[in-house]
Amino acid sequence: MILQVKDLEVYYGSIRALQGISFHVSKGEIVTLIGANGAGKSTTLRTISGLLTPRQGEIYFQGQKINRIPAHQIVKMGISHVPEGRQIFPNLTVMENLLMGAYTRRNRSEIQETLEEVFTRFPRLKERARQLAGTLSGGEQQMLAMGRGLMSKPTLLILDEPSMGLSPLLVEEIFEIIKNINQQGTTILLVEQNAYMALQIAHRAYVLETGRIVLSGTSNEVQSNPQIRSAYLGEIEKED
Amino acid sequence: MEHFLEQVLNGFQLGLMYALIALGYTMVYGVVQLINFAHGDVFMVGAFLGYFGFAVWGLPLPLAILLAMASCALLGVIIERIAYRPLRYAPKIAALISAIGVSLFLEYFSSLKFVFGPNYRVVPRPFPEIQWKIAGLTVTNIQVIVFVVVLIMLILLQILIYRTKTGMAMRTVAVDHNAARLMGVNVDTTISITFAIGSAFAALGGVLYAIAYPQIHPFMGIMPGLKAFTAAVLGGIGIIPGAVLGALIMGQVETLTSAYISSQMRDAIAFAILILVLLFRPTGLLGRTETEKV
Repeated sequence: MILQVKDLEVYYGSIRALQGISFHVSKGEIVTLIGANGAGKSTTLRTISGLLTPRQGEIYFQGQKINRIPAHQIVKMGISHVPEGRQIFPNLTVMENLLMGAYTRRNRSEIQETLEEVFTRFPRLKERARQLAGTLSGGEQQMLAMGRGLMSKPTLLILDEPSMGLSPLLVEEIFEIIKNINQQGTTILLVEQNAYMALQIAHRAYVLETGRIVLSGTSNEVQSNPQIRSAYLGEIEKED
Repeated sequence: MEHFLEQVLNGFQLGLMYALIALGYTMVYGVVQLINFAHGDVFMVGAFLGYFGFAVWGLPLPLAILLAMASCALLGVIIERIAYRPLRYAPKIAALISAIGVSLFLEYFSSLKFVFGPNYRVVPRPFPEIQWKIAGLTVTNIQVIVFVVVLIMLILLQILIYRTKTGMAMRTVAVDHNAARLMGVNVDTTISITFAIGSAFAALGGVLYAIAYPQIHPFMGIMPGLKAFTAAVLGGIGIIPGAVLGALIMGQVETLTSAYISSQMRDAIAFAILILVLLFRPTGLLGRTETEKV
């Protein structure tokens, strides 16, 4: 088990955003958290990567308890979080953004190697390496955010809404890339509003509703659940 | 005409010193969106430490300058740690009030007899002043030294910000603290480094100021501090080249007003600029007015 989350409770002031959630991610998996806006998906991710501190519960990464470790040290341990809204650095060049992804790494030749891998995966980024990241299109910015996330050579890659604001064609492309990254050995925790696409590539899924996990299982199980079909997959229940 | 060029030269010297202070305002604003109103007082402390270094303790001038810069760097870090960090994510007004508190504290603490004392002190020249006549223009060795030192510091700062990992971290912290954290950047350390550099620059400005305008006192930081703040706003707060540009303009405005209008109007015009910029171009000369792409 790479990641284990136990009875996690997170508050924003006096509002309990996560009401004690538990889940796990095993090595080599793509696990997705799906649910409506405000269900607590991003909060969960931000807590894992150390941006938020839980009031209750524990997070274990590769057997080590990490819920008191600050965000900047969690990256070094092997968790890379590609945040919602991409959060690239618009005032830095594409190349500098990528190098920031490798901020915690020291060995230059290894960084160079990873950079080549990222450029092979995202050739557009190589073309635009010297451009300011703020001038990229939305799809390119998403690719940059993911490329930057890969620059730390993470054991666990956390993706928050990678399809947000992208055209259907680009969404397909991004999900194909995510699948590919996973096949090459990176474990992935994926949060998506596009439940349909997420369930296509994930091995397992958890459904969040107002800070609770209400359903979990393999993607197929979750996909065939009638309630999920109507609530998240846009299918209208047939009336007989 | 020669008189005019000499005034421009004087304005340039003053502007360069304002630039050293304005850089600290703008760098700190860049990473924490706070106007560090104690910055002018750090400049004052720098001037005093430099003075004590070379005039009282008999240190060689470069050593006295380094001592002032290092001490003020530490002072800046301590100010941030005690007065700003606990309020970093509180409403902006809280940190602003705290900054004014720190400013007043530094001024009145420095005025105590056992600290710097309340009196004006005359700063002896650390070296004899030499004047050269170049094509009818009078140039002093102090002007040359100020120019060379500031130029070197600007180049070093440019290298730090655009060619080092620390500089890259500073630029990411300026965009978003959490996004920087996710890259592995220690935001607290980066902010401390920014305060240290800004304060060291102010200290250098203080020592040079004390050499060029040889009189110091505990409240000497207020006016240059406010002028440099105006310069930073004029150039575009948070934008480093803007601080230098704004400072050079402020130096000229001030010197030329004194020379051709009235020296009493000098400060009124300087702050009228602040008001006009805030009214008509709040993002400053080099600030972008369009919104950032999401």
